[in-house]
Amino acid sequence: MPSPATPSPHHRLRIVVAEDSVLLREGLVGLLTRFGHEVPAALGDAEGLRAAVEEHAPDLVLTDVRMPPTFQDEGLRAALALRAERPKLPVLVLSQYVQRSYAAELLDTGEGTGVGYLLKDRVGQVEQFADAVTQVAAGGTVVDPEVVRQLIRRRRDPLEQLTPREREVLGLVAEGRSNASIAAELVVSEAAVGKHIGNILGKLDLPPADGTHRRVLAVLAYLRA
Amino acid sequence: MARESVRVALGRRGYLGSSAPGRAVAYLVGGVLLGALVLVGGLALALLGGVLVVVLVGIPLLGLLAFAGIPVAALERRRLTLVDPAPPAPTPHRTPEAPGIPAWFKLRVKEQATWRELAYTALLALVLWPLDLLVLACTLGAPALLIGAPAQLALDGGEIRAAKLWLVSDYPHAFAIALLGLALLAPLLYPLGAYATARAALARLLLAPREAELTHQLAEVTRSRARLVDAFEAERRRIERDLHDGAQQRLVALTMTLGLARLDVTPGSPLAAQLATAHDEAGNVLTELRELIRGIHPQVLVDYGLAAAIEDAAERSPIPVDTDLDGLPRLPEPVESAGYFTTREALTNIARHSEAPRAHITARHEHETLRIDVRDNGKGGADPGRGTGLTGLADRIAVLDGTLTVTSPPGGPTVLSVEIPCRAQQPRALTTD
Repeated sequence: MPSPATPSPHHRLRIVVAEDSVLLREGLVGLLTRFGHEVPAALGDAEGLRAAVEEHAPDLVLTDVRMPPTFQDEGLRAALALRAERPKLPVLVLSQYVQRSYAAELLDTGEGTGVGYLLKDRVGQVEQFADAVTQVAAGGTVVDPEVVRQLIRRRRDPLEQLTPREREVLGLVAEGRSNASIAAELVVSEAAVGKHIGNILGKLDLPPADGTHRRVLAVLAYLRA
Repeated sequence: MARESVRVALGRRGYLGSSAPGRAVAYLVGGVLLGALVLVGGLALALLGGVLVVVLVGIPLLGLLAFAGIPVAALERRRLTLVDPAPPAPTPHRTPEAPGIPAWFKLRVKEQATWRELAYTALLALVLWPLDLLVLACTLGAPALLIGAPAQLALDGGEIRAAKLWLVSDYPHAFAIALLGLALLAPLLYPLGAYATARAALARLLLAPREAELTHQLAEVTRSRARLVDAFEAERRRIERDLHDGAQQRLVALTMTLGLARLDVTPGSPLAAQLATAHDEAGNVLTELRELIRGIHPQVLVDYGLAAAIEDAAERSPIPVDTDLDGLPRLPEPVESAGYFTTREALTNIARHSEAPRAHITARHEHETLRIDVRDNGKGGADPGRGTGLTGLADRIAVLDGTLTVTSPPGGPTVLSVEIPCRAQQPRALTTD
């Protein structure tokens, strides 16, 4: 049965999943399969992650932060180690905690491209989650709205020059949204969004270059501010 | 009027009219009874034990005799309050570290106090109680006989020989003799009181804890408080872990299932609406649960330390907070935990009571001491004794040999300071493999 949420076959990704809760792991595998992806390996701990990546050469790694044996941040550490070895490998990290430190550490790898840091709760928003998976796999940056919300509340230098509307737009960019999606969210035209983004890039002193890359840099400036 | 010690009462004019002489008498009478009982009981036990040694049962029985001082001493310490009401002498014994009778015996054998108490008990059985009896007889004997003359006359009728001295045959004389007895009693009650005081002083000397024993008890109390705090902390972690690994994961799985189910229903149908409601509700519960877990023990504290956790708390504060946490190293876990929860409590109080537009947190680790200052420019006048939250935190900090101070003059500013001595931890190695 074709459903509007099922993407076309050429988006089919190979994804390695690391999640210690069996219930959730099965759920994630089911969800990813439902959206047409393939899961060659699903692990219960972070230790076998590297071997699994070497064996299956996935398009994306999806991992939980808290994993056995100490249930601290093994998943994140494993993700960072993987990114240190292969900066081009897209990694999406799921966390139970909204924590800027985690997100910042992750975004410091591979110039912040092809990474995602999402709150576990977002998995429930299946379509948005599937969207985030696709974006990270395509080299995008996805940061949890909750982290973004925290950052908006902080008074920080480079961001202080931004108007509230520009901050809102930047927040949505950090979430990995496209201009069209931002325009829909704010009920404005796509051109208006483009103008806002231009202003933001100007105020953050990001010289014109490859458009997508500047967006990532803007998000990074936002996170590190 | 509160009861005063016999020694103090002796020096006052109202001694005879006070309860002090009566209490001195009661103390000595009790001493006589107890001493006699201990002597008889002790002899009986020793005899029985001696006889039974032949069949081996007697050996533990005799061993038990060595511990006879402990209950006797406990009773004696309690009786001391008759002569000297405050403060009651505490036990010189320690609490065994392990439960059970063997641990108890092992500790008691090693304690000097046990043998001091045994010596006192022997002294009581052999010397003190006869002495008490003698003093009672000398001071109360003759006056009692004289005072009892009218009663004796009433019982015997005819005539009596009061105190074996005077022949009395009528009531006027009998009452006169009773009055004489009372007159004689009054001066004798003074040496009686003095003796009771001395007797109690001797008991206290042998039965109250020594300086070293008191110091030890204090250290023990401190240790047991530290253990309680640790246990509390461990329990917090366990609850956090349970919620996290159980309820939270299941809820995430549930929202995922509901989210997937929503993809499969016909849009706009009643079922779609119901599913949407259920999905949203599950999402809300998840958000609440996440906040709850964070309040119990934030994981960021474990992973990234105090600076990151304070930043995090500052970001969540409803009023803007400036932070200055430069170069804060990783510190021992209990220190980080106490520092974090104190900061959070301070921020909560500021938001609730201070009416401050802004707060400022400074944290430094210098000279092997962590110092955190939380300052606000609100209305001041905060009473640290009022908040139960702060009292509990002060206890946690005290266990770590730290201090919590709050200065809050009316009109502000309010500054809450925490100082905890501690060494920096080695940074956690990055596990890159």
